Amino acid sequence: MAQEHNDSPPAIDHSDRNKRTGLLLFVVYLALYGGFMAWNVISPASMATPVLLGMNLAIVYGFGLIIAALCLAIAYVILANRGQRDQAR
Amino acid sequence: MIYEGSSTAIAIFIAFVSVVIGLSLFLGRKAKSAQGYYAAHGQIHWFVNGVAFAGDYLSAASFLGICGMIAFFGYDGFLYSIGYLAGWIVALFVVAEPIKRLGRFTFADALDSKFGSRGIKLSAAISTMVVSIFYLIPQMVGAGALVKPLLGFSHLQGVVLVGVVVIFIVATAGMVSTTWVQFIKGSLLVFFCAILTVLILNRGLSTTPTPENSAFIPFKTVPANHFEGRAGITILGDEGPWKGLPYLRLKNEKGVIEIWRKTGNTLTETQFVETETDADGKKKTWVNGLPQGRGEGQTDLRPVGNLSRLPGGKADTGPLGPAEFLSTLQQSEILLWGNDKLVDRRDGRAVEINVYFQKPTAGDKVLVPGASPTFAGLAQSDPLKKLDFLSLMLALFCGTASLPHILIRYYTVKDASAVRKSTVVGIASIGFFYVLTLFLGLGAMTGGTLDVTNSNMAAPLLAKGFGELPFAIISAIAFTTVLGTVSGLIMAASGAVAHDMLTNVFKLELSDHNKVRAGKLVAVIVGIVAMILGVVFEKMNVNFLVGWAFNVAASANLPSLIMLLFWKKTTKQGITTAIIVGMVSSLGWILLSGQTYKSVYGLDAAAAPFQLSQPAIFTIPLGFLTLVVVSLLTQKRRSPVTV
Repeated sequence: MAQEHNDSPPAIDHSDRNKRTGLLLFVVYLALYGGFMAWNVISPASMATPVLLGMNLAIVYGFGLIIAALCLAIAYVILANRGQRDQAR
Repeated sequence: MIYEGSSTAIAIFIAFVSVVIGLSLFLGRKAKSAQGYYAAHGQIHWFVNGVAFAGDYLSAASFLGICGMIAFFGYDGFLYSIGYLAGWIVALFVVAEPIKRLGRFTFADALDSKFGSRGIKLSAAISTMVVSIFYLIPQMVGAGALVKPLLGFSHLQGVVLVGVVVIFIVATAGMVSTTWVQFIKGSLLVFFCAILTVLILNRGLSTTPTPENSAFIPFKTVPANHFEGRAGITILGDEGPWKGLPYLRLKNEKGVIEIWRKTGNTLTETQFVETETDADGKKKTWVNGLPQGRGEGQTDLRPVGNLSRLPGGKADTGPLGPAEFLSTLQQSEILLWGNDKLVDRRDGRAVEINVYFQKPTAGDKVLVPGASPTFAGLAQSDPLKKLDFLSLMLALFCGTASLPHILIRYYTVKDASAVRKSTVVGIASIGFFYVLTLFLGLGAMTGGTLDVTNSNMAAPLLAKGFGELPFAIISAIAFTTVLGTVSGLIMAASGAVAHDMLTNVFKLELSDHNKVRAGKLVAVIVGIVAMILGVVFEKMNVNFLVGWAFNVAASANLPSLIMLLFWKKTTKQGITTAIIVGMVSSLGWILLSGQTYKSVYGLDAAAAPFQLSQPAIFTIPLGFLTLVVVSLLTQKRRSPVTV
């Protein structure tokens, strides 16, 4: 692997488009995750409120975070692969 | 609780180990080159790699620790599941592809790809070693702790067995065999946990569970004056450590001591364990006033875990759907268990007494955060406790993407597309498993099989409640869980020493063949060190060490990784300093925290310099700040280059 010996990194060859998509989706998930943490800290009692099929907010939000992680990950793969195909064309 | 080893569990475990060893021998020929040994030639299929991610990541702490915490405290254990999974988002969206593009074998390769700095390689290698060792210790201690009840071996035998098998796996075929071990383990773990969840839902909820292989006997509650004036009963005074505590101690008709807990106008039966170490250093244990054992005149702890009330006054629900199971539990009352620990003196010797008592708790209080000692601060107004909670969740979120044994798995697939797809498979497998942990934990909480003294045994004992075969399978899987994770950790440590330090820092001229030999030799040494640490730290609370690993990984590695990718003014001095500052500050903080003072050193927590036990909320920003300041101070006078 070629290496350059200087003090600042030169250009890194990576897809700016993937980087932007990744960052955007990361911010979306960070908001969801941060929202869950903030809600727990600010109003822990409200987590006991039943919201869906008799399940409380804590469970629905917790499952939601796991499902959202998977959905966003799939969305990222689709967008990144599409970008790669477009670039190849 | 006394456990009996299961011959079926031993047979299944031996079968698994035989398959793994056979596979390693078969794959050994594929690991002759450094590329083959450290990165499996980058030819692992993305799906296999994705499941191997799960096998690598779902350690004993995930499987046994989380299930146990949910079984004992409810939703709080699930918070770990959420945090551990969320960390994969950082891995996929931020670091996965750049790590693959920039590196070759190790995380240090990627960090140093543009600088050629010995400082970066050395600090990254040390950080990898520290994180891997902290992660290795709980795995090895966990192996020893598990093997005794599950397979009937001693702690030492368990540690040695895991160490020898793992050294063999890593030394024969490196990343190739490690990948396949993790793939098999990940698949088995998720598949059998799904089956166990189906069994739990099919069983439903009951106030009087009837597990197989265990006699669940409900604990009695009597009026407060029940024992007054009864023939043959001697009420004991509340002298010494009992003064002011809500207990009634008595000697029954047979002369055996009983302890009942006072709650309002009632008394409830407790279980208690007395431990005394005699002059020869030999430990003696009594349970409920009799010597612990299965023989004549001996007794053992009774299994616990049931509901005291179901909605509508029912005794049994029959099969339930997943949402119905959770909503029914919310409307029920659950008998959780509390523990009072005290020390009495008898004939000049200290006797440690642990009293375990029932705590009827509304289901809607169990299925929200804040029921465990770890997260108790959420329900209180203590800002320090809330900060501790946020800090731990931040460490879990940021730690995953900084764990060296996870990052090296990005080098085992061929390209960026495979990296993305394998991470999604990993997220799907791990996410599904973490959803299952909630049902497994709650199933254990209400299944009448829990051991009040050992939360780590919740999942295997839950399986035992469904029969000997599920118990044998889950026990063998629990044990092999350790094999998969330890293999990955030893690979990461081997790469850090043999590749980063010997080749890149000390500039030893090694042929490709000798690089592989060096890697194998280091794997053997790290494996032996892990075995020794597994024995030395036998008595230590392993959960601390997992937390340490996440905090140190996130504080030391993440700032450098992120800034290298997103800040063009990052310099090699900035990266080196940030790794060292992040590592030292997080480690130092943990070692000087109140929780460590109390639980590890046995000192007064209030005397500790840091009352916050989770440092990530301060040490991660400190890592970023250090990198920015040092990079700005070490800029060369030339045009910055776009990253």
